[in-house]
Amino acid sequence: MDIGSISTKGVVLDETNHVLADHYLLTQGDPIGATRRLLRELQAQLPAHTHIHAIGTTGSARRLVGAMLGATAIKNEITAHAVGTLSRHPDVRTILEIGGQDSKIILIRGGIVADYAMNTLCAAGTGAFLSAQAGRLGLTVEEMGPVALTSTTPARIAARCTVFAESDLIHKAQGGHRLEDLVAGLVSAVAENYLANVGKGKAITPPIVFQGGVSRNQGVVAAFEHELGCEILTDPAGHLMGAIGAAHLATDSGRLDTPFQFDLAEDAYQTHTNPCTLCPNHCEIVYFYRENICLDHWGNRCNRGGAEGRN
Amino acid sequence: MKQPRVISFPHMADYAVPLELLFGRLFPHAEIRPAPPITKETAVLGARHSPDFICEPFKYNMGNFIEGLEAGADTLFQTGTGCRYGYYGELQEQILTDLGYDFQFICLNRDGVRPRQVYNTLRTLGSPLTLPRMAGAFAVAVESIRAKDKLADYVRRHGGGNGLEDIYNKFLQALLIADSVPKIFTLMRAHLKQMQDTSQTQPAPPLRVGIVGDLYTVMEPFSNYDLERKLAKRGVSISRRMSVTFLLFGPPNRRTLRQAEGYLRYPVGANGLDSVAQSVSYAKQGFDGVIHAKAFGCTPELNAVPALMNLSRDCDMPILHLSFDTHLSPAGFETRLEAFLDMIEMRRQQRHADTCKSRDGHRFHLHQRRGTR
Repeated sequence: MDIGSISTKGVVLDETNHVLADHYLLTQGDPIGATRRLLRELQAQLPAHTHIHAIGTTGSARRLVGAMLGATAIKNEITAHAVGTLSRHPDVRTILEIGGQDSKIILIRGGIVADYAMNTLCAAGTGAFLSAQAGRLGLTVEEMGPVALTSTTPARIAARCTVFAESDLIHKAQGGHRLEDLVAGLVSAVAENYLANVGKGKAITPPIVFQGGVSRNQGVVAAFEHELGCEILTDPAGHLMGAIGAAHLATDSGRLDTPFQFDLAEDAYQTHTNPCTLCPNHCEIVYFYRENICLDHWGNRCNRGGAEGRN
Repeated sequence: MKQPRVISFPHMADYAVPLELLFGRLFPHAEIRPAPPITKETAVLGARHSPDFICEPFKYNMGNFIEGLEAGADTLFQTGTGCRYGYYGELQEQILTDLGYDFQFICLNRDGVRPRQVYNTLRTLGSPLTLPRMAGAFAVAVESIRAKDKLADYVRRHGGGNGLEDIYNKFLQALLIADSVPKIFTLMRAHLKQMQDTSQTQPAPPLRVGIVGDLYTVMEPFSNYDLERKLAKRGVSISRRMSVTFLLFGPPNRRTLRQAEGYLRYPVGANGLDSVAQSVSYAKQGFDGVIHAKAFGCTPELNAVPALMNLSRDCDMPILHLSFDTHLSPAGFETRLEAFLDMIEMRRQQRHADTCKSRDGHRFHLHQRRGTR
């Protein structure tokens, strides 16, 4: 399972690492609900009596969903994406990834992560930015790529910061630039911004795989090919790489004691936020319950606050 | 009869202990009340009364001062030398005065850290000590800082587990009532011995990570989200040269420049040069990685970043750059740190496999690390 800020992805792999089932849906700010919907879909795709022996979670809700499903591996997105991509592209040297909120670059040398970088304090030029601008221009995110490719004279849009890019876009639109030129300007701004910030100082060498939700946008792919002057590979399963990686990591980390039951997700899950009162730091401790039994808690800086508030 | 003076000062790591020791001796009739421990409340309070784009330590100091004043302090202490830190005192005194607090402000930087001036200032504030006795008090404080740093370094290198941290905390307790250089020395030796007896030899050599960066962020665990403890939990052996001992007795820039040769030709302000020179030395020693931690907006450390990137490329040693700000979400920080540790662990395993294949004994030799010969 890869539970990201925007979308939730899940795959089921068999012993030979073939994908038996996969699904993609929007998280909509509710990781538990998204997980539940996703599991229903996966179960429907699988033959009856399939046994799940290990579960891995990644993405920003990895801890929450990991606790929910009793995952055997809970891993960060970088490791998961590297492992997932390597399983399908063993010779990859550079992974470009632009998701809903994060963007990252992973350099692979000799089959392992040799270096990586992630966007720092802000989310400029990620999927969330593109979808907001698509809405402003009256397009859906899916339409942006094809529209961008029809442009011959892209508008120059400053890409350094989302807020500035947005005002730049408005000025250009009000100045009479055509829609396809605006969209083409926007997608190359995303590529340039990525290379200038996340990719700064990194040796980007082919084979290059581009993934994450934004890799579905052919306009951005074309902009990267133009900037880097080499072919960019996109995988039809590019959006599933994190989930595939998590599955591999789960397989390596051992088996569940008892096979996973899909209806586990149908139980009542609750979170309860309790500001700890033991010191003025007032850590916001989140307690996570299944059927009123506390599964896990997090958010405390020291060990003292942990036990309080359980049940 | 006048009320006794109540002296307060901001926190940085656990240096409150030697400072309490020092002020207790300088002002025997005053009450020493270090600011309440840093909490989220401190950060919010400090940020509210600080310029928006000032570096983060300023905000923590500010929060400490306000909480100290609210707890009854009437005399505040600030050091401040080096970079923008030199202006902290001036600005903080002004802001606190504007907020309507009534207090006296001791700012070491104003006396240019010259003994005679410092002596005069302290006498004006009511210290009864003569110059030689004052020098003696400073000597005890310096010795306690050295002892503290030495033990803290041992704990870091050995991963903090096996109850090492408990021994260290016991040492800090004992330090509070030590009153002479020989006593502190004996105390340090005894606790160091205890630590050596406790820490067993580890089966596999642990991952080695060096920490460099701006002095406050690397030292104050609250501001770096407990970076060192998180590393210790994964059994990483940490080396960090930055400490108050380093600030007091560190090598001169001339020598540091030679160490950073090929990466920096001039000092870049505050400890930027030190960060580069230390990273070069970590690379030469074959460390698995370096973490560069800085406050968001720290100019000297920002200057060091390009040099560190070149070093990372030349020596094939990963460097993780972290910028800390009161707005940074701990989730993003944890993801980056976890990925970094996964990466250096995988690199270590691969290197180990290569070494076994080629029987190349020089595991920690800079230029032979990667390939099979």
